[in-house]
This record gives sequence, structure tokens and C-alpha cells, in this order.
Amino acid sequence: MHKSFGQHVILNDLNLTIKEGETKVVIGRSGTGKSVLLKNIIGILRPDAGSIKINGAEVTTLNERDYNKIRMQMGMVFQGGALFDSMNVAENVAFVLDEFMSVDKKTVQAKVERCLGMVGLSGIEEMMPSELSGGMRKRVSLARVLCMEPRIIFYDEPTTGVDPITSDVINNLIVDLRQKLKVTSIVVTHDMNSAYKVADHIVMLYHGQVVAEGTPREIQSTKHPVVKQFINGEAKGPITENENLIFGYTD
Amino acid sequence: MGNYFQSFSGGVVFRLVLYIGEIAVLFGQTVYLCFIPPFKGERVLIQAKQIGPGSFFISALVAFFIGMIMALQMAYQMTKLSAEIYIPNVIAVSLTRELAPVLTALIVAGRVGAGITAELGSMTVTEQVEALKAFAVNPVKYLVVPRFLGLILMLPVLSIFADLIGIMGGFVICVTKLYISPALYFTMIAESLAIKDVLTGLFKTIFFGAIIALVGCHQGLNVRSGAEGVGRATTISVVASFILIIMVDCLFTTLFYFVLHV
Repeated sequence: MHKSFGQHVILNDLNLTIKEGETKVVIGRSGTGKSVLLKNIIGILRPDAGSIKINGAEVTTLNERDYNKIRMQMGMVFQGGALFDSMNVAENVAFVLDEFMSVDKKTVQAKVERCLGMVGLSGIEEMMPSELSGGMRKRVSLARVLCMEPRIIFYDEPTTGVDPITSDVINNLIVDLRQKLKVTSIVVTHDMNSAYKVADHIVMLYHGQVVAEGTPREIQSTKHPVVKQFINGEAKGPITENENLIFGYTD
Repeated sequence: MGNYFQSFSGGVVFRLVLYIGEIAVLFGQTVYLCFIPPFKGERVLIQAKQIGPGSFFISALVAFFIGMIMALQMAYQMTKLSAEIYIPNVIAVSLTRELAPVLTALIVAGRVGAGITAELGSMTVTEQVEALKAFAVNPVKYLVVPRFLGLILMLPVLSIFADLIGIMGGFVICVTKLYISPALYFTMIAESLAIKDVLTGLFKTIFFGAIIALVGCHQGLNVRSGAEGVGRATTISVVASFILIIMVDCLFTTLFYFVLHV
């Protein structure tokens, strides 16, 4: 798959396979196209060239109406939650039910309660998104996705901007959902603790391509200089050799 | 200098044509989606409630004062000709054909159009619009259609009230300062005002409503670069709506006068 914005190439002949039921974590520096990758798969963006197959079916050539049928099997937890400001938590979680399904109020209410319970946020149905903390927003966003009963869940930086304890709660949720619901998950993150905890496989994006792929253990013991620098969080290395990241520092 | 002006004006014309083209595409999508299920009437009602009652007081206030100002300005000229008796005619015809629809549209563009851009702009920068797409919901259907229908329904209603209240503003001045009796004021209006005067004014407000909705939504859905972008888009939305409303008003007035002779 290839994607660029103007002259700026984001994804450059990227190849990636995700097996059904696995949790694949995509790591890489900010701006390497991790979120763009997710948005291309879910169809918010369309690739410039290449192919995306979901359950064996080519989706890049689908029109919006047919893509929507595929989207109903997928859910995305956005980086900031992307909860609808004008709706309370219950309305946000019930959004897809209200929009697409003729379900009676009691069933909707029960489902909202169950989904909020799954993310550990029972009893906040009447709260507005502006009253929630960053971590709560992400969990409500996950509850909204769960209400769709998707087969594939995309997580865009699920632990960014939350405290370490909430971060671990979210990681546990991702692992639990995989075990209980057998969903396929794609997690985009640069939080290595989260990546090691939730991943079956980790891939690293660099310059729009996959430079490494393996289990968490394989990634931790890699000799690849780019991956090593990234997972160890080192300022000096091949990724930053042309950058001056330290004030006034010249090698 | 000449070359600079040429390239500058060429760029402005190109951007204007491009902008109007984008608005036309959004208009096409919106009208098409108005007829595609699901039909959610309650969303249109919510928008209509925010647009109509919310803008009523300010548009009524402006219309009332415009009616008074018109009466006073007319009096300044008409008393010289001893033709004060025709002041109600001029007030009624000017208000219904031109002033009430245009001023109401400008007020609503400032109040509602700016609000639409700010709301949709915030939704865009916080990924809420992308979330709609991810949930298989068309953002034009969900966000633009209810605002579009709300505005083209409510602007004519507001304009009718502005007609009536503007005429009452003129009434206050005519009766209290120009010594025209209340009965004579309304008789003069009834004799001079034709249904076509009211209808031509109301017809234009449908297009003004569409302009406000489409410009407001287009700016909001195309916001880039965070809070600063939302602020810039809101300003552009109001300015573009004002210009397009005046341009379309001029177009229709010319059409009515020279072609349709109404």
C-alpha cells in the first residue's frame, strides 16, 4: 500500500498481514504513518496505490455504501476518544444502535450498561464528555465500539496521555477483549510497555515501511539498530542521526 | 505593478470560482442525501428550534428599528413634497421585497452560520467527523442535511416576522410623529402591497438559508490546524456568507425586475 499527502510520502509500499483473532501492535515514531495506516484500513482515507484485503475481500475499490457494510464489522478507538460533545455518555455508547438498528429503549439501555460495565465505567451514563478525564474518554470510546460487536478493533494510541495506572487498566481491557470476544485488534502506539503487554506480534514502521516484525520477545532481543534505538528510547542512533535533538548539541 | 495586479486579481477570481464550485458540490450532495433514507425528522426539528426561536429576538429588534429608521428617512424627503401619506407604501414594499429578507439573512449568517462553522470545526479537529465515517455514517447526511433543511425552513419564517415587525416600527413613527392615523397607515399598505412583493422576498430567503448552511458547514468540515483554524474558518464563513447573500440578492432582484417583471 502507498499513501502520500502532496509531496510527503507517508506509507511507502507497506506490506502487512494481520491474522484473524490476533493482536498486532504497530510501533514507530510520531509522524511515521501509524494512524494513517489505520485510517486507510477503515476507509476514512483511501490509499494512492496498492491493495487492502479484509477477510480476503479487496476493499480499496469499494464505493462508500459497500465499504459501510465492511465498516460495521470494525470499530475504532480514536486517540482523543472522539466522543460526540453534544451527547452524554449513554447516547455516545448507543450511537450505532440508535443510528442503524430499530431497538427498543430498554434493550438499548441494557446494552449501554453492559458495555460500560465491560470497561469498568458503570453509572456514568448521564455524564457529558467534557466532564470525563482522558482515560475515561478512551474507555467510553471503547464501550461505544463494543456496542457494535465488531470483529476487528483499531486502537489509535490507547494509552497516550493517561497516567500509568489507567494505562495498565486499558492494556488489561485490550487483552481481556481479545480473550473473551476473540476480536482481531490492531493497536497503534509508541508506549513500549503497552506494546509488550497486549501484542501477539509487533511491527515497526520506519520511513513508511515495515522494518521489523516479531513477537514481543523477538522485538526485545532484536539486533536491528533502528528498532533497538526506538524500543530503548535512545536519543542517539540511526533514526536521529540527521536530527539535532539536544539543545546546542553537536557530535 | 500591472502584472502583479493581474496575477493577484486572477488568483482571487480563481479561488472564488473554486470556492463556489466546492459549495456547489456540497449543495448537490446535500440535496441528494435529503431524499436518501434514513429520514430523521427530529434532527431537523432540533436545528430549526435552535435557528428560529434563537434568532427571533435579534432579527425582530433589527427589523423594528429598520422600520422606524425608514419612516424617519422617508419623512425627511417626503415632507418637502407634502407626500408623507406615501411613506407606509414605501416602508412596506421595501421591507418585504428587500430589507427584511436580506437583513434577516445577514443576522442569521452572523449568528447561526458562525455557530455552525465553530461547532463542525471543533468536531473536525477532535476527530468526531472521522468517527462518524468510521461508524459508517455519512457526515454530510448526519451534519449538513439537518442544518440545511432547518435553515431553509426557518429563514422564511423569520423573514415573515421581520416584515410584520418592521412595518410596526414604521407604524410607531408614522402615527406618533407624522400624524398619519393608524387606519390610514394600514389602508395605504393594503393598497400598495401585493402578494408578489412578499413572495419574491420569501423566495430569496430559501436561497439565503441554503447559502448560510452550505458555507457554514463547508468551512467547518474543512478546518485544519486546531483552534486557530476554527477561528479563521468562522471568520471566513461569515464574510463569505455575507458576500454570497448580497450577490445572490442582486442576481434575483435583477431577474425579478428585468426578466420576470415582478
